[in-house]
Amino acid sequence: MPALVGTLSLALALALAVYGATAAIVGARTGRPRVVESARTAAYSLFALVVVANLAMLAALLGNDFSLRYVASNSSRATPTFFKMLALWSADEGSLLLWNLVLGGYLAAVAFRFRRRRPETFPWALAVMFAISAFYLVLVLGPTTPFATLATTPLDGRGPLPLLQNHPLMAAHPPFLYLGFIGFTVPFAFAIAALITGRVSDAWMRITRRWTITAWIFLTIGLVLGALWSYSVLGWGGYWAWDPVENVALLPWLMGTAFLHSVMVQERRGMLKVWNLSLIVGTFALTVLGTFLTRGSILASVHAFAESIVGPLYLAFLTLVLLGGFGMIAWRRESLRAEATFDTPLSRESVFLGNNVLLLVLTFTVLVGTIYPLLAEAVTGGKVSVGSPFFNRNTAPVALLLLFLMGIGPLLPWRAASPSAVLRRLQVPMWAAAVTAALLALTGAGVVAVIVFGLAAFVAAATVAEMVRGVQAQRRARGISVGAAIGAAVARNHRLYGGLVVHLGMIVAVVGVSWAALADRSSEVTIARSEIVHAEGYDLRYDGLTTREEPQRRVLVAELTVLDPETGDEVVRLKPSLNLYPSASEPIGTPSIRTGTPFNGMVDLYASLVTVENDTRASFRFFVNPGIGLLWLGGAVMAFGGIVAAWPTRPRAASPRGPEPMAERREEVTV
Amino acid sequence: MSAGVDETDEVREAVEPDGRARSRHRWRTVAFVLAPLVLFALLLATGLGRDPRELPSELIGQPAPTFSVPRLDAGGTIDLGDLHGQVVVVNFWASWCVPCREEHDALAAAWDRYRERGVVVLGVSFEDTREAALEFRDELKGDWPLADDPGSRTAIAYGVFGVPETFVIAPDGTIAAKTTGAVTYEWLTDEIEGALRAGNVE
Amino acid sequence: MSGRTSSFAVLAAAIAVVALAALMASGGSGGHQTLDERVHEIGAGLRCPVCLNLSVADSPSKLAGEMRTEIETQLRAGRSPEQIRAFFIDRYGEWILLSPPRHGWNLLPWAVPIVGLVAGVALWVALVRRRAPRTAGEVTETEHRRIERELADLEEPG
Repeated sequence: MPALVGTLSLALALALAVYGATAAIVGARTGRPRVVESARTAAYSLFALVVVANLAMLAALLGNDFSLRYVASNSSRATPTFFKMLALWSADEGSLLLWNLVLGGYLAAVAFRFRRRRPETFPWALAVMFAISAFYLVLVLGPTTPFATLATTPLDGRGPLPLLQNHPLMAAHPPFLYLGFIGFTVPFAFAIAALITGRVSDAWMRITRRWTITAWIFLTIGLVLGALWSYSVLGWGGYWAWDPVENVALLPWLMGTAFLHSVMVQERRGMLKVWNLSLIVGTFALTVLGTFLTRGSILASVHAFAESIVGPLYLAFLTLVLLGGFGMIAWRRESLRAEATFDTPLSRESVFLGNNVLLLVLTFTVLVGTIYPLLAEAVTGGKVSVGSPFFNRNTAPVALLLLFLMGIGPLLPWRAASPSAVLRRLQVPMWAAAVTAALLALTGAGVVAVIVFGLAAFVAAATVAEMVRGVQAQRRARGISVGAAIGAAVARNHRLYGGLVVHLGMIVAVVGVSWAALADRSSEVTIARSEIVHAEGYDLRYDGLTTREEPQRRVLVAELTVLDPETGDEVVRLKPSLNLYPSASEPIGTPSIRTGTPFNGMVDLYASLVTVENDTRASFRFFVNPGIGLLWLGGAVMAFGGIVAAWPTRPRAASPRGPEPMAERREEVTV
Repeated sequence: MSAGVDETDEVREAVEPDGRARSRHRWRTVAFVLAPLVLFALLLATGLGRDPRELPSELIGQPAPTFSVPRLDAGGTIDLGDLHGQVVVVNFWASWCVPCREEHDALAAAWDRYRERGVVVLGVSFEDTREAALEFRDELKGDWPLADDPGSRTAIAYGVFGVPETFVIAPDGTIAAKTTGAVTYEWLTDEIEGALRAGNVE
Repeated sequence: MSGRTSSFAVLAAAIAVVALAALMASGGSGGHQTLDERVHEIGAGLRCPVCLNLSVADSPSKLAGEMRTEIETQLRAGRSPEQIRAFFIDRYGEWILLSPPRHGWNLLPWAVPIVGLVAGVALWVALVRRRAPRTAGEVTETEHRRIERELADLEEPG
């Protein structure tokens, strides 16, 4: 029954997608708004149908309907209800259902947003989104359909992969990631619409600005949650392995961030038009590349879903996007001439361009590193690996340069700055950097630490100084309190202050990451029951093993007490565990973490259980990881900053010049 | 709806020079942009149809690494040196490995056919417990010798990265063939016959 | 113009500082290391065969632990890191190295980031220096529209 409902609703949704695309285009070309309206309604219906399909699968999972191959492979009677629900997106076919759900949601949201007033390009943008939906619906109906049935219904399912039912983060990471990836479809669709219709002014960027920032926020959260999952669940003590699938999720984020900055240059000066269109086509193409590499069984990865025959389909779609998008940009080249040039290197535009260049270098580096094994095999037939050492070494210097630009960018006005004005603004940040560097050097930190944290202090001070400057201006102008001044300043210029908060979040995260990279340490210890072993500056005592039987697994929990070596006081009791699933070759370890807070010096104490010999002896990996907590905090601050930047402003009455088309009324005033 | 925003586009269109030269130039720009993208797509296409997890073996033609491992199904040890002059099929397997179940019959059939001719099939346990391994043997009822691999030293020596992996060692002690994944009866007979022939020539 | 020259000078200085930091960061830790640290260093450059993309040093899997033991055994026996790496390469192929070895085609991924950065900086310089037919003082259509909008804003109360 669920199979029938699911397949039927998806098939109807596909028909609606085809209809919607056709109707939107026909309606636009023949100037018949009612036809376009029908396309809009089709968008709502498509979304509703995809919701039904998702609910059908959910019902099958919760109802233990093992006649569906997907349910039999990814769920079992013993699986807890929460993880049964999560099985909806824990494997390839099911996550494709989720992908379609989010895509349908964005389609309906765009249809809703422009239900009354809409730009000329709207029908075309809708058509593009319908076409993209159609592709993913074909995929979910075709070779990798989750609603495939088995000839004979097994009595019980195999259950989810152990790693995917170990932690509730499995609930949040994929949805946020998808909301991020798929969110970039909206600016892409409007960009393509602009190229098709020839209306290549900035309207397409302004219309979709909030959508782009929203997608960026979701993607940032998704990436940070992925890192958190890797750290808290996988038990290797790290948070980012430069795994190919992690990399392909990072690529659209890098290019999307570049895009968010360069649109501001186009909005103000009318420059970088080809650049911006290329960036959004590139960002969307990177999301498609991501699905291709993840699901097309091209690269071996901890994430890659196995054995898929849809590789050629994804590749064809990616090729279409690349050739179509960049082809049209090249075709419209003449209409995209810049209206101005950069006046001097010492201007905000130039710094934004520098930001873009560096982000693109990072994108290119990560892309080449990820794809290189493929190239090597094609050319030489041999297999090579490109892993963490390569990526860390090649991204760190560029990232530091980017950090520097992040500091000086907001200090520079648009168009041109006088060097003396800039130097004045640089004073406080330079002092902050110098003091930090001196303190660190005096306490014996290495050269790298001095430079990195000095730079971080510089950027943090510059960013805060900018915020203070704006608030002070409000206070002086209106004679209001600090609180009200903050509110007024932010209200005048959401984007600027949101962006500054995002930069602060970035700095916090960078400090955390660098600190961990420079100062983390670990060792493997074997401890007998009640024995005390000294490791990494702490005393560790193994206090015994408890076993817990659960329906789907057996859990062995070891108690590891961490003691202060000088006083003998208990610092924390860590309880790393091993989870034994019947279907797994090795037990899956769950680490136990004491999170660093400002009260304990921001140091994570992390233990994972390697082996146990009953109650008598156990082997642990014990990590001392400073600064990791700052990564999570930084991520949260970045998301918050993004929300501030995207916050809707009050709609204004029509200006004397006449009704404003679908563009932002308020422009930023630089302080 | 479009007042003001798009005036400049229309103005530009009116002022541009006309003609075919522009059109040709346009196509050239388009081709110039699309060429590297097509190359990129072709590169990605080469990845299709390949198994990303398959590794070519470094060891074919090299002398097989020697090992001395404790027997799992009986007492004593098995030393590869003792088997010099015979064809040895070393099969790395585990009880938790699904393809290992699939290939069991093929190995049993090959063992039956060639054991009279001095061919030895040896199963080396990989990342498994004694109990699970013996249960597997009891269930599937093979009868060729099984060995344990403490510290996985033998697996590491043979460059094993997953199970099942099967090596065929020729009578002269070199590795004649290797495969990853479940073996088929055809592959086994082909390789064993080949190794036997090579041994007879010497 | 001294302003532009000094801007480029500031940029050059920043790049130099960061490059220095990068070089420092990628250099190995000199001086005396414990056996554990040496095992870790070698292990960090080898790929764990069963867990995909984690190093032997990082991986929590059993085989990785056994490989670390193997590395330790060989270090105790006096073999050098190069010999140990060669041991693994002989058995698993160059795939076992987490960074592509720097010879032949494999120089490409190492060259790309540097070439990319140089090309990127060159692009930046080229775009920033590009002179339009108009002078720097003129106002573009985009700016004109914006000025009109802001004037209209100012006329409104609050």
